[in-house]
Amino acid sequence: MSRLETFYDVMRRQGITRRSFLKYCSLTAAALGLGPAFAPRIAHAMETKPRTPVLWLHGLECTCCSESFIRSAHPLVKDVVLSMISLDYDDTLMAAAGHQAEAALEETMRKYKGEYILAVEGNPPLNEDGMFCIVGGKPFIEQLRHVAKDAKAVIAWGSCASWGCVQAARPNPTQAVPIHKVITDKPIVKVPGCPPIAEVMTGVITYMLTFGKLPELDRQGRPKMFYGQRIHDKCYRRPHFDAGQFVEHWDDEGARKGYCLYKVGCKGPTSYNACSTVRWNEGTSFPIQAGHGCIGCSEDGFWDKGSFYERLTTIPQFGIEKNADEIGAAVAGGVGAAIAAHAAVTAIKRLQNKGDRP
Amino acid sequence: MALEKSLETGDGQEKVRKQTAVYVYEAPLRLWHWVTALSIVVLGVTGYFIGAPLPTMPGEAMDNYLMGYIRFAHFAAGYVLAIGFLGRVYWAFVGNHHARELFLVPVHRKAWWKELWHEVRWYLFLEKTPKKYIGHNPLGQLAMFCFFVVGAVFMSVTGFALYAEGLGRDSWADRLFGWVIPLFGQSQDVHTWHHLGMWYLVVFVMVHVYLAVREDIVSRQSLISTMVGGWRMFKDDRPD
Repeated sequence: MSRLETFYDVMRRQGITRRSFLKYCSLTAAALGLGPAFAPRIAHAMETKPRTPVLWLHGLECTCCSESFIRSAHPLVKDVVLSMISLDYDDTLMAAAGHQAEAALEETMRKYKGEYILAVEGNPPLNEDGMFCIVGGKPFIEQLRHVAKDAKAVIAWGSCASWGCVQAARPNPTQAVPIHKVITDKPIVKVPGCPPIAEVMTGVITYMLTFGKLPELDRQGRPKMFYGQRIHDKCYRRPHFDAGQFVEHWDDEGARKGYCLYKVGCKGPTSYNACSTVRWNEGTSFPIQAGHGCIGCSEDGFWDKGSFYERLTTIPQFGIEKNADEIGAAVAGGVGAAIAAHAAVTAIKRLQNKGDRP
Repeated sequence: MALEKSLETGDGQEKVRKQTAVYVYEAPLRLWHWVTALSIVVLGVTGYFIGAPLPTMPGEAMDNYLMGYIRFAHFAAGYVLAIGFLGRVYWAFVGNHHARELFLVPVHRKAWWKELWHEVRWYLFLEKTPKKYIGHNPLGQLAMFCFFVVGAVFMSVTGFALYAEGLGRDSWADRLFGWVIPLFGQSQDVHTWHHLGMWYLVVFVMVHVYLAVREDIVSRQSLISTMVGGWRMFKDDRPD
């Protein structure tokens, strides 16, 4: 093969018509929040650019990111993206297995040295030399370092790769760490969520492949276009929050009327994600629309912040756990009692000393 | 500025009691004190009700805006506190030397530590007579710095970091204070610390008010009226 295949070549080979291809380009432009003028540019890029292979590694994870990804709701994304992104290695989805699969990985790494994108689902456990996660007979941490070495950029899929998620929750016996603790010399795009929204995943990957650069990232390395606002900022129940109308109990009138879930622990005000705009399952719904508060699954350490039904973080102390208000009220009460006692002693002393005052 | 005046008691035959007064707190500083006091009360009350909202409002959402008003009051008072604090820092430079006491605790001076110890003993009822102070006593000065200055700066920084989340990315508050969120971990952690900070200031206010009242009664100088009129009055003319 004298020249590398373009995305367009691949799509045509997959039996996708030019009309469908152009529709896909328009949809992608819209999904990325770009103007109509960008649709032809995306089409042009896909017609001319050699496709970039993606190597998808699986560490310590539950595969919910893959499950979400393959349910991407764009009519064509399901068919196209999977073939388009030239997923040269994904041990869950690829047909090859065992030695053939590992051989495909090595071949792509060699052929596209410095050009491929590494997507990581899950994270490496560091304890016991990484033996808590073995891929192909070797600790995952070794595979991760090996593949990351020649990657152009790295995508951290989900909260596991981005923050650590449940396997890194206290007390984290396997010492699972997010991938940026291991890969320190490559640009990393974090796509947190447990799992991330399918359209967010395909949107990020399409952006990187078509424009050949990383999307604009925020301070924590998340794409601004999907993680720029909190769930709360775009929540359709927000008017009830501003009005002061809340669900107090799960079976009350407020719950039936669709009031704000703030008082039953909704983490929407502290969670950056696109759920309230993109929603899930072809834009059908998202947790708050279904009547349950956001649990903040795209936020760092969300497993360790106490109950999903409390707004305030649980603060661990000597075996008992309290939240900020309980601690504060207890301290204020103690200080109040101390003040009362001190005032009483002051008064007594003053009476005693009345005789010898000047 | 100091003033000495003699007051004759009753028929004036037994003794002449002298009261020396010193002008300590200048007008802008007194204004700042009471504005800050008011904004702390507003911030504490509204902040508590933002964290634990009042019972649900009846009627349609379009007819109510309770959380909106509470949050507006909180943010407005937050601006007043923060801008007032900046004004207070400015006043430390241009005001009299008492205006600097809040920020400059003379921990390098041995005598200051000795007086601090004396003050601790006074509060533990181990000293019979307190010392006279024109400005803060050492213990009061240390407490003002640790509780008020540190507390107010902490609450302003975390408060504006949370405010930036609502203003949105690349807003002025986000550019100035957005770095605070990842520093603490995530948004919820900043909320938790901001809550704890509120209780820190509640404790400060309780102790501050109690001791101001107590000192006003049992110490040898005026306290509360000083923050109203600016003059420190002394109740006796014995040395120190």
